[in-house]
Amino acid sequence: MSAERPTNLTINARFDMWLKFQADETVRVATGKVEIGQGVVTALSQIAAEELDLSLDQVVMLSGDSDQGPNERYTSSSLSIMDSGAAIRAVCAEARDLLLSRAALRLNCSGDQLSVVEGSFLVDGAASDLNYWDLAHEIDWSQAPEGDAKAKAAKDYRIVGQSIPRADLTEKLHGGAFIHDWLPEGVLHARVLRQPGPGAVLRSLDEAAIGRAAGGDIEVLREENFVAFVGADEAVVEAAAAAAPAHAQWDGAPVIDAAQQDGAWLRGQASDDRIFGAPEEAEIAGDRVQATFSRPYIAHASLAPSCALALYEDEHLTIWSHGQGMHPLRHNVADVLGLDNGSVTALHMYGAGCYGHNGADDAALDAAIIAMRMPGRHIRLQWRREEEFGFEPFGPAMLIDLSVRVDDAGRPADWTAEIWSPTHVQRPGSGSGYLLAAEALANPPDALEPWDPPEAAGGGGTRNAKPYYDIPNSRIHHHLVTNAPVRTSALRTLGALPNVFALEAMMDELAMKAGIDPLDYRLSLLSDPRAAAVLSAVAARANWAERGPGGEGRGVGIAFSRYKNMAAYAAVVVALNVDEEVHLEKIWVVADAGLVINPDGICNQLEGGAIQGASWTLKEQVQMQGSGVTSLDWDSYQILRFSEIPEIEVEVLDQPEQPSLGVGECSVSPTAAAIGNAVAHALGVRIHDMPLSRQRIMATLLEQTSN
Amino acid sequence: MAKTYQLTVNGAVRAVEAAASMPLIYVLRNELGLTGTHYGCGLEQCGSCMVLIDGEPGHACTSAMDSVAGKAIETIENIGTEAEPHPLQQAFMEEQAGQCGYCLSGILISAKALLDENPNPDRADIVAALDSHLCRCGAHVRIIRAIERAAARMRGEVTP
Repeated sequence: MSAERPTNLTINARFDMWLKFQADETVRVATGKVEIGQGVVTALSQIAAEELDLSLDQVVMLSGDSDQGPNERYTSSSLSIMDSGAAIRAVCAEARDLLLSRAALRLNCSGDQLSVVEGSFLVDGAASDLNYWDLAHEIDWSQAPEGDAKAKAAKDYRIVGQSIPRADLTEKLHGGAFIHDWLPEGVLHARVLRQPGPGAVLRSLDEAAIGRAAGGDIEVLREENFVAFVGADEAVVEAAAAAAPAHAQWDGAPVIDAAQQDGAWLRGQASDDRIFGAPEEAEIAGDRVQATFSRPYIAHASLAPSCALALYEDEHLTIWSHGQGMHPLRHNVADVLGLDNGSVTALHMYGAGCYGHNGADDAALDAAIIAMRMPGRHIRLQWRREEEFGFEPFGPAMLIDLSVRVDDAGRPADWTAEIWSPTHVQRPGSGSGYLLAAEALANPPDALEPWDPPEAAGGGGTRNAKPYYDIPNSRIHHHLVTNAPVRTSALRTLGALPNVFALEAMMDELAMKAGIDPLDYRLSLLSDPRAAAVLSAVAARANWAERGPGGEGRGVGIAFSRYKNMAAYAAVVVALNVDEEVHLEKIWVVADAGLVINPDGICNQLEGGAIQGASWTLKEQVQMQGSGVTSLDWDSYQILRFSEIPEIEVEVLDQPEQPSLGVGECSVSPTAAAIGNAVAHALGVRIHDMPLSRQRIMATLLEQTSN
Repeated sequence: MAKTYQLTVNGAVRAVEAAASMPLIYVLRNELGLTGTHYGCGLEQCGSCMVLIDGEPGHACTSAMDSVAGKAIETIENIGTEAEPHPLQQAFMEEQAGQCGYCLSGILISAKALLDENPNPDRADIVAALDSHLCRCGAHVRIIRAIERAAARMRGEVTP
């Protein structure tokens, strides 16, 4: 491994922000990244145990603690192993070196004679009576790590590269472990009446009617346009909140036209415009191929409604949250409430999968506002199901025009993507958004400048819009739409899914036009051998050569993407049947993620990503009209069910000498694109707008018949 | 008005005071401390809250107290322990069948009901038993495989 000082080590430049040698002869390893079902805390423990030559049960992980752990911002963008993993590896390797130097002095030998097994020193392979914990107190762990210690060679790994079972899964199989399940003594339950939109003013609230509907004791807390119901009996509080919207009248509530729910609406809306890449189209004589693609708004649709606990006691606020970043949450909540960072602690607990920025952080502020008004009491705030579907920040709709000039050989010579999309990141405190309830309080925050993640971080609406293929000229016209009808923010892959869906559809169209097999066409344009390798491997597994001419209702499609054009590589083949709707038969995924920490953990992520990508592509669309979102339950917001799940086969190519590449999102977008290509293969006609729902398939078939 | 209801929960007779319309889930979680039964939607649409009611899977989120009075309720807390897991839990662990895990309590309940009734389910039986359950992380394939593995082991077949 190279010894470049990891960024997160520079931000958290003290050994003791990462490591603590504990009296019970364990080492506490802290990370700012949190477990959201992706297995990252287990993988990070493997890296720590490896570098420190400990057994896994000697490593105790501390995750998402704003006071005692490092600030690693959010658990997002497939960066946990690349960032936190690199920092933990470096700090552990250096701590081991420091301890070895001490041991050499104490044992009167040279460092070369020493080795470590489970934290105990061996001299020339023979046991000594000295271990890490005998020496740890002699070292000043408040010092800054240099970050340049030589880490272990991959060939010496014993724990990294093993499929260690997830540490969190045991308790989850026995019903426990979630923030929702923590009911401290004397806890008060709380629900909120949501402000319908920014700027809406609560004109009247019939508290008596709400009280009657509650059927028990509740306290109504009101602060400007923020209203909460609090009580000891959760069912009573829930009943109050369920009744409340019918007894509240608002001025200035938003009104949404149903047309706004589609990607097509975005064209020509107010936007902040930028161009990336070669500004001018190259002068090429060849044909131009154009197509327009769209995706609607989609939801995180976490299985559990968001939940948070808060306690304000002795002028200190403690928040428990399942959000993706406890340091940013502490700062953001402190900011809204006018507290110092030092007066707030944010601690992570498990929640349902979030796949990005869902309602978790907003629920934490809701709980905190109430806790500040009721000192000394634990407040347990849970969103209602309708609230989660109605007020989470959605994955934005997108509209993508592709225009490609091909050369004489049918190769793309000039590529333009024109993208309309609302922002993909409104995480509070990143300069781009606010905690929801802040809008309802007395001094709502100012409107923010339009913002989307920069290209160096992978972009937002532009993510993966630049082809990874060898194309001499390309550019992106990015219209960052600023008047979206709903709040939008980070959802797994950001803009990559629609962009890869469009790009890979275009590749198939260009291949067909050139009369070349889509796999061969792609391979001829990929000079990166690792990209070619995943494509070739997936094609071999799926017996691509036998896919047949298509057009008879059965289709096989292929797609490739390297996430953010800099993280893991993934190629996917999908086989499916289309009658009145799409029936997935099988998905093959082959990925290259560089050095693999936990092979089964990666496979689990690849499989889950493929299924989630398939669900978005085939089924999902947030519906909105009138006063807001109307898809407020699982009937109106359908996701893929057990009876719709295909077989899945995954393979991870072994690259132990390459740096680890973020893998959590890499299978999602190519799966979507391979489905699009397989449907086109099955029908002989392409559908450009997601979701490829029954309704859309039927409309396409009807059009085909009438033609 | 609150009434006193008797029901058998995980083998023990419990008396609880609750309104007739009180959903069972709040009694289990907040009165009896059985928080392994999870709230998901309150609409019988996701399966997170599944419990066994007289041996049949039922939604705790919509089962009112007066409809379950006198019945036997079994929750996830009664299915194996971490030290001695049920074959289903053992198989889920071996297959690493789960990501966030929020759906697992309910899915394990329906899987147990299936295997209690049918020790030799085929894949279609398993899918049918789980089709009212949602998993958002995409662990479906592993969950199905884990149930097959548990069933095989419970039949005394050797599993890898």
